[in-house]
Amino acid sequence: MKLRKLAVAASLAAIGLSAALTTPAFAAEEQFFPVLAYRTGAYAPNGTPWANGFVDYLKLTNARGGVNGVKMIWEECETGYATDRGVECYERLKGKHGGATAVQPLSTGITFALTEKAPVDKIPVITAGYGRSESQNGAVFGWNFPLVGTYWMGADVLVQHIGKKEGGLDKLKGKKIALVYHDSPYGKEPIALLQERARMHGFEVSLLPVAHPGVEQKATWLQIRQSKPDYVFLWGWGVMNSTSLKEAQATGYPREKMYGIWWAGAEPDVKDVGDGAKGYNALAMQHGAEPDSKVVKEVLEKLHAKGQGTGPKEEVGQVLYMRGLISSMLQVEAVRAAQGRYGKGKRITGEQMRWGLENLNLDQKALDGMGLGGVMRPVQTSCLDHMGSAWARVHTWDGKKWNFTSDWYQGDEKVLRPMVMLASGKYAEEKKIKPRTPEDCKK
Amino acid sequence: MAFFLETLLGGLMSGMLYSLVALGFVLIFKASGVFNFAQGAMVLFAALAMARFSEWIPAWLGMENLFVANLLAFVVAVAIMFVVAWLIERLALRHLVNQDGATLLMATLGIAYVLDGIGQTIFGSDIYKIDVGMPKEPVMMLESVFEGGILINKEDFIAALIAALLVISLSIFFQKTATGRALRAVADDHQAAQSIGIPLDRIWVIVWCVAGITALVAGIIWGSKLGVQFSLSTIALRALPVVILGGLTSVPGAIIGGLIIGVGEKLSEVYLGPFVGGGIEIWFAYMLALVFLLFRPQGLFGEKIIDRV
Repeated sequence: MKLRKLAVAASLAAIGLSAALTTPAFAAEEQFFPVLAYRTGAYAPNGTPWANGFVDYLKLTNARGGVNGVKMIWEECETGYATDRGVECYERLKGKHGGATAVQPLSTGITFALTEKAPVDKIPVITAGYGRSESQNGAVFGWNFPLVGTYWMGADVLVQHIGKKEGGLDKLKGKKIALVYHDSPYGKEPIALLQERARMHGFEVSLLPVAHPGVEQKATWLQIRQSKPDYVFLWGWGVMNSTSLKEAQATGYPREKMYGIWWAGAEPDVKDVGDGAKGYNALAMQHGAEPDSKVVKEVLEKLHAKGQGTGPKEEVGQVLYMRGLISSMLQVEAVRAAQGRYGKGKRITGEQMRWGLENLNLDQKALDGMGLGGVMRPVQTSCLDHMGSAWARVHTWDGKKWNFTSDWYQGDEKVLRPMVMLASGKYAEEKKIKPRTPEDCKK
Repeated sequence: MAFFLETLLGGLMSGMLYSLVALGFVLIFKASGVFNFAQGAMVLFAALAMARFSEWIPAWLGMENLFVANLLAFVVAVAIMFVVAWLIERLALRHLVNQDGATLLMATLGIAYVLDGIGQTIFGSDIYKIDVGMPKEPVMMLESVFEGGILINKEDFIAALIAALLVISLSIFFQKTATGRALRAVADDHQAAQSIGIPLDRIWVIVWCVAGITALVAGIIWGSKLGVQFSLSTIALRALPVVILGGLTSVPGAIIGGLIIGVGEKLSEVYLGPFVGGGIEIWFAYMLALVFLLFRPQGLFGEKIIDRV
């Protein structure tokens, strides 16, 4: 009995001591970010490098001294890319460490689920390069931030690119484009834009859904072999992408005619396919693989050289690692912007974070300062435009690495804006949301 | 017509690959009466072992010969699957002798999660490559008969041949060897088999070892096709309608069931899919199996269970 009491006392003392050691007596202000990641399951090969880049940038920010002295803290939760588990992670983490600053679900399905929770909890949902395309309209989607790119914008750029290759958008008349897509909210996103562009230019779109996780595509590619489309757009994720490329090889469809969205254009999608993926193109959401960028060198020097990096050193600078890093950078810079208004060196709330996200202004000088010069183009958001930048390029796999093979394209606002306004208007009507006015934005 | 034939052949070859996984279910059920829900996890675990050791062994030994590296990796993977089989018998099944089927099923469900988790922890969760020299480019046949010919996927064709060979070997093992007969006796009645001196624990280890080798062959073929990653464990879900259709106790049933499901899902996706928005092949396979069950509840070749009261 005495021994048991002694053990309990020793355990309590140890817990107390460890708490005292990990919590400084005069703790600096801390800014908490939940990290919704997937390092296991069918999509782990793609989710892991994203999460590593995301966390490494938070570490780098701290290594640089935080944001005006405020340290970044985070806690990771495994979603497995499942919507229910993602929502569970969000609920578990949203109130921790004084409250979540913002959340990045890395899943369009989870984004859909959190879109209605965010206004209630007053936590911004950042979806850099994914999520609902119409959420670009900040007047209706006050808490969603599809920063730097939406799927409508991505699909628009792809159509522009093949139009340019054919000698003009008018030359697309009569052409056939097959969309091979993940049968999920993510995969269905580009359909509306492609149908709109098809109506404008007279090309034909055929829709070929692939069920999760996407390892069975033989019938899909036999249909492609029969219909012989001029181009195949690939809207896959995880193993679906490499399977598509293997089936394209097995049915003899030229990889040069295949174009993936930016979630179908990273190293895990092609490295297992090897030469079979040579010539395959994908959209680069501004950045591609950036092993020579200054920010990557800084991560290697300040984190990995000291054994503090999150994943393997070889992964630093790869496409999805960079996507995670940039997603993380955008939230850190929003904290900085919010501090500019609400007090430097202070912890900011979710509502203040929204202001920061609506007033991001990352010009070339700011990007150069962060070591991101040449990696991405400037981003400027507003209360009504939650995307902030609509630039993308195409890169092509040469069997060993991704190389940029196009100039910069910008999503065509004349096409995108009416679609965004129409869809967000419908959403507002359905959910009885009163859109914010420019006056509301000043508050 | 050429397109129909292509789809049909593609379905038949996919069907053979499903049969390969379905065989794992049949083997264990036939020999122990356990519906092994962990078969998909075993496929993933075995493929991960093969992929990682074929990468590690050349690095450790400083060799470049792909054939030798693959051979050594195969031997190591077989040894690992034997250890897994022994551990499953020791830690789970031994304690569940004479328990009802539902208990054993739940145990295999637990084994599936443990294998999935341990496999990814030890070997990693990235996409890994198994390069056993399978040809990736297609060939065209009957070009003089059909315009453009009929496309045959060489990799699928070779995989189907390997699957067929394995099925024949297993059929001989079950029908012609003393161990095979002992396995069947155990499946019929644990207690009766024990009473005539058949050692239950050893038999269970043997059958799980055989199922492990089947899983390894399936893992190598599927892994070479798709890359070795977590989704391989979901391949088992593709084999479920095959065993429902073919019957849980029949090796030929697994083959015929696989072929029917393979052809059925490909033809349905190509010819019915466009009318209902596509993406139907997964649930269509189950529907097909259920329709068959309306007429033959024990599956095409399953044993009819008659309980006299």
